[in-house]
Amino acid sequence: MILRPNVDDVKIIGYYLGRIILGLGLTMVIPVILGLCLGEVNPVLDFIISLEVTLIFGLLLTKICSTDKEMGWMHGMIVVSLSWLAATLAGALPLVLSGHWNSYLDACFDAMSGFATTGLTLVQNLDHLSYTHNLWRHLIMFIGGQGIVIVALSFLVKGGSGALKMYFGEGRDEKIMPNVINTSRFIWLVSIVFLVLGTLALGFVSLLNGMKPFNSFFHGACIFMAAFDTGGFAPQSQNILYYHSLPYEIITVIIMILGAINFKLHYHVWTGNRKEIIRNIETITLFVTVFITFFVVALGLAQTGVYPQALMLFRKGFYQLISGHTGTGYQTLYPSQFINDWNHLALVALVCAMGLGGAVCSTTGAIKMLRVGIIFKALIQDIKRIMMPEKAVVLQKMHHIKGIFLADKQVRAVFLITLAYLLLYGAGAMVGMWYGFPFLNSLFESTSAAANVGLSCGVTSASMPAGLKLTYIAQMWAGRLEFMSIFTLLGFFVAAVKGK
Amino acid sequence: MRKHLIFNFLLLTFAFLSLHSAAFAAPATSDELISHAKAYDGKPVTFAGEVIGDIMYRGAYAWVNINDGKSAIGVWIPGELAKKIQFTGSYRSIGDWAEITGVFHRACPEHGGDLDIHAQAIEKISPGRRKEEKFNNEKKNLALLLLGILGLVWILKLLK
Repeated sequence: MILRPNVDDVKIIGYYLGRIILGLGLTMVIPVILGLCLGEVNPVLDFIISLEVTLIFGLLLTKICSTDKEMGWMHGMIVVSLSWLAATLAGALPLVLSGHWNSYLDACFDAMSGFATTGLTLVQNLDHLSYTHNLWRHLIMFIGGQGIVIVALSFLVKGGSGALKMYFGEGRDEKIMPNVINTSRFIWLVSIVFLVLGTLALGFVSLLNGMKPFNSFFHGACIFMAAFDTGGFAPQSQNILYYHSLPYEIITVIIMILGAINFKLHYHVWTGNRKEIIRNIETITLFVTVFITFFVVALGLAQTGVYPQALMLFRKGFYQLISGHTGTGYQTLYPSQFINDWNHLALVALVCAMGLGGAVCSTTGAIKMLRVGIIFKALIQDIKRIMMPEKAVVLQKMHHIKGIFLADKQVRAVFLITLAYLLLYGAGAMVGMWYGFPFLNSLFESTSAAANVGLSCGVTSASMPAGLKLTYIAQMWAGRLEFMSIFTLLGFFVAAVKGK
Repeated sequence: MRKHLIFNFLLLTFAFLSLHSAAFAAPATSDELISHAKAYDGKPVTFAGEVIGDIMYRGAYAWVNINDGKSAIGVWIPGELAKKIQFTGSYRSIGDWAEITGVFHRACPEHGGDLDIHAQAIEKISPGRRKEEKFNNEKKNLALLLLGILGLVWILKLLK
């Protein structure tokens, strides 16, 4: 029997959702301050209007749904999934008001792409977009990368079981510290420290590259936010190709890798346990999968002969591969070059890398390295079981912060999530093909959206059908939250209709 | 008859070659250059568009990014020629509309495989200008209206 949700359930969800909306609205103050400093009057008005609308909705929700009841797992999961939709709708407001997006749907597409740290974009005339709006595009990646709920957990929501439920609902499998509030604050600490270092590094390289001082550091901050949070937006339409700089590419590769590493691993390295880097199953798996997929990409590119020099092939192939594998989506190629210059072998390897992703408890999307490592270990365990005597007990150990014995229950959960991702990639590809795009183009773009990567082979554009835009929005949402909170939301609606 | 056929064949070949070279002489669009990069690779091209972003001087040369409305392409240009550019496109300004002539590279060996153009000449078609930002009164009125509503909701929230 399914229990129909009651008014109290709706109130709990509405109350916490309202608080998170309020928190999101307050983040719009940051671009307002920048806009005022730069004298960008109309962009400032765009943000003031959006801020007011967001605050009005947030206040109304918290007033109407005011409650002091305890949050359950179901409520936490639903609050998270609805928070991301609310963030998309609110975050799109200043974008559409700028006039650089053709419709509110296009602005929602970019807002979801930003919050989910994907990087696919439908912006028009990006090279003339204001600094204020550009900061917002990158800031939503920074907020989304840490987790929208993490923002609220850190500053607005009191600790306790409710916080824990929302934390896990946001696609994070692990706590770094016993308390989720402290975990959230540690994630922020790591991110802010790297933000300062990354901005300075990129800023000074840009200065040496001949950019103006303000642009150097503004671009540095934007590129850092999008790279560390494995997002992929850039302030100029050419993406990373705009900078024409090898040092810039090297620094962004380092930042992308830092962003794809588990925050728990960051914590252990910060606290002096550096050996964890070479022992951890996630870093080992990442190293192996990067090596294998890059080897195949290089083979494919060598076949095409498009990059006759080895160094050139490495620079182009490795950059796109790392960008895809970490789920960032920075490109030093034009989208159509993937289809025109790369062969199927190289593209398929890149699609596989995108589908695998980075570490759990990082800012990346996709299947993730811990799961790939567990699947591999489970395979070894099964082979051992076949080879050993029937009564032998086969234990499989792996190292992830500490030594862990692989449990069948854990393997089952890993396979379920992996299967869900594969279905999501496939479903999006089928929608793309239904709209008339070729198989590989559709699979490439669908994987890029669902794995929150952002590399594009040209399917994503303002002129693509609205149905495909909605499909990619749904994929980005589901891929970022790792399904459970969305399944819970769907279950809630079913229970509301069929429950007793 | 045979002589006539040979004459016709030569005439057609000449016409085809003339058209082919004419195609590369006319300004190409970014779409054409990127989509048919293999055909244009190593060939002299003319490309026109708005200069956007920063002019990045690197020694005796500079990187200039030119956007024709569809995509921007990086142009490697002698520093002396880059100095002709006065305005570059941004939120605050419309960049100079320039036509450059140079050699197109699908994967430039000098620049790590980037798709670029090495320019030999630049001509300013139309000068850029600073954009005056007009204060949007409709947005201002909407912001004030919403501020009033926000105030009311805030008071409502404070009431038990």
